[in-house]
Amino acid sequence: MIRYILGRLLGIALVLLVVSIVIFLLMHAIPGGPFDEAKMPLPAAAKANILRKYGLDKPLYEQYARYMWAALHGDFGTPFQSPTESVTGLIARTWPVSFKLGMVTLAFALPLGMFAGVLAATRQNTWIDYTATFLSSLGLTIPNFVIAVWLMLLFAVHWKILPTGGWGHWYNYIMPAISLGLAPMALTARYTRTSLLEVKRADYVRTARAKGLSSNQVLWRHSMKNALIPLITILGPQIPNLITGTIFVESIFRIPGLGKFFVTSIFRRDYPMIMGTLLLVALVWSIVYLITDLLYMVVDPRVRLDKKSS
Amino acid sequence: MSATTIHPEETPTMRTNLRHRSLLSDALRRFSHNKLAMFGLTIVALLVFAAIFANLIAPFPYDEANVTEALQFPSGAHWMGTDEVGRDVYSRIIYGARISLLVGLSSQLIALMIGVPLGLAAGLMGGKVDWLVMRLVEVMTSLPALMIALLLIAIFGGGLVNVIVAIGLVAWLDACRLLRGQLLSLRERDFVLAARTIGVRNRRIAVRHLLPNAIAPLIVAITIGVPTAIFTEAGLSFLGLGVNDPVPSWGKMVGDALPYMRVYWYLGVFPTLAIALTMLGFTFMGDGLRDAFDTAGSK
Repeated sequence: MIRYILGRLLGIALVLLVVSIVIFLLMHAIPGGPFDEAKMPLPAAAKANILRKYGLDKPLYEQYARYMWAALHGDFGTPFQSPTESVTGLIARTWPVSFKLGMVTLAFALPLGMFAGVLAATRQNTWIDYTATFLSSLGLTIPNFVIAVWLMLLFAVHWKILPTGGWGHWYNYIMPAISLGLAPMALTARYTRTSLLEVKRADYVRTARAKGLSSNQVLWRHSMKNALIPLITILGPQIPNLITGTIFVESIFRIPGLGKFFVTSIFRRDYPMIMGTLLLVALVWSIVYLITDLLYMVVDPRVRLDKKSS
Repeated sequence: MSATTIHPEETPTMRTNLRHRSLLSDALRRFSHNKLAMFGLTIVALLVFAAIFANLIAPFPYDEANVTEALQFPSGAHWMGTDEVGRDVYSRIIYGARISLLVGLSSQLIALMIGVPLGLAAGLMGGKVDWLVMRLVEVMTSLPALMIALLLIAIFGGGLVNVIVAIGLVAWLDACRLLRGQLLSLRERDFVLAARTIGVRNRRIAVRHLLPNAIAPLIVAITIGVPTAIFTEAGLSFLGLGVNDPVPSWGKMVGDALPYMRVYWYLGVFPTLAIALTMLGFTFMGDGLRDAFDTAGSK
């Protein structure tokens, strides 16, 4: 078990190393840096000074080694877009915004999704089931920025009951959370329905029915417990998914989160910020996957990870 | 499954098979009985029609700006109104079908050109090659596809071609993984064992027996990959990191409309409807195809 976890962690470290090298090389192989001559004509001496300040005049491998050494100490450099801050500081300021939005989203999307799934499964092949299934297809298919625009047109433009964007008040969460939440909600509903229908025919459910438990007791005490297991697999990836999902939604509703800053970094070719964000996302994503797998094993003792792993 | 193995010399028998119950006719029947799938097919057909005949259907050229007619609400002359520089929104939506289909199909083509050889190599050769390919896949999946695409755009710049390439470069993973998985499971099937027993060589087994059986799931994967690509293009262009200005991209139309939407609501409504319908069409069609070919999962 410990060996399995250590192996996975080593794998994550290797992946991060490769990701960082590839991004580093990609970003430096291409002409047109942040101090582009065309946009920002500078005297040669001033340019040399700036390049020296950011260490851009050193050979590539040395730049990389310096970067990684500092990164291991929590220093990802200075973002070009905001030279008074550090990349770590900027991420620490913007990530909680995205994180909070993500948590609010999941907090309403998961229970509602589960509820819809239970409703559909217990009334299989009725109009309720068909409606829920169709709506979940819509929720999974329509892109979140489309939903965001529709919400904005309805609530902010037509009915004028919500502002078109901004951040800081509770009502600023409503439209972003709905646009982000429909997909996880639909996914949860779909999985809950499928797994409830699967365990419906299981022996232990029949036994529970046979010993005289009511349908509701069987549903909540026996079926749900096992039906919820697959949810773990879809829940884990939803967390990092919310980081990328927020890219569009944060841009639309002018939310000062990580997604919006990532887009700004792309526009400005802010290498340190891009690199820092990508490494952070890769790390979070890999760790979440590891935890998901471990959790799966804890919840379902039939799953043995260490044997399957190669 | 072995019934789908198509040998050129067997074509006549295939025809009679089709008339009876071949996998293909079964799949087609299942597909045509699936209402959602047929709905999807209808939308996709309309989209293809609009894309091919855009210059005949659209009342105006997509890039004809007429500042005196800027920001006009929908009317008889401009069914969906005009945008901030006076271009006809309806015409741009029609031409936008071309861009969406172009991006969706060509990025999937790139994905196939990368994913199929890698998946083949991993699934057929196994061993070190497989290990290497799977590690590459692992590195790629450690980051969200959208972020990798954004990174590529940051480095190589936007524009239609770069967007297509960037989407293709992140979309090959599915094809690769799927093909590898298919090959690994097919290798263990009885008909492959039978072929091996009568002395068929490895290369022939791969080409004649493994590949034809892996193609149906691959086609389904592409169909499901197309809307993802269209969505990504729309998203990138929406952010202003995708195609450049005169190109009529639905995503860009939405992004450009954001500052005007408070008053000129129609600028937001029509392009988003186009995106949503296209996504639904392709997804329903793809799901329908998957269900139709999935013999194990059928009721």
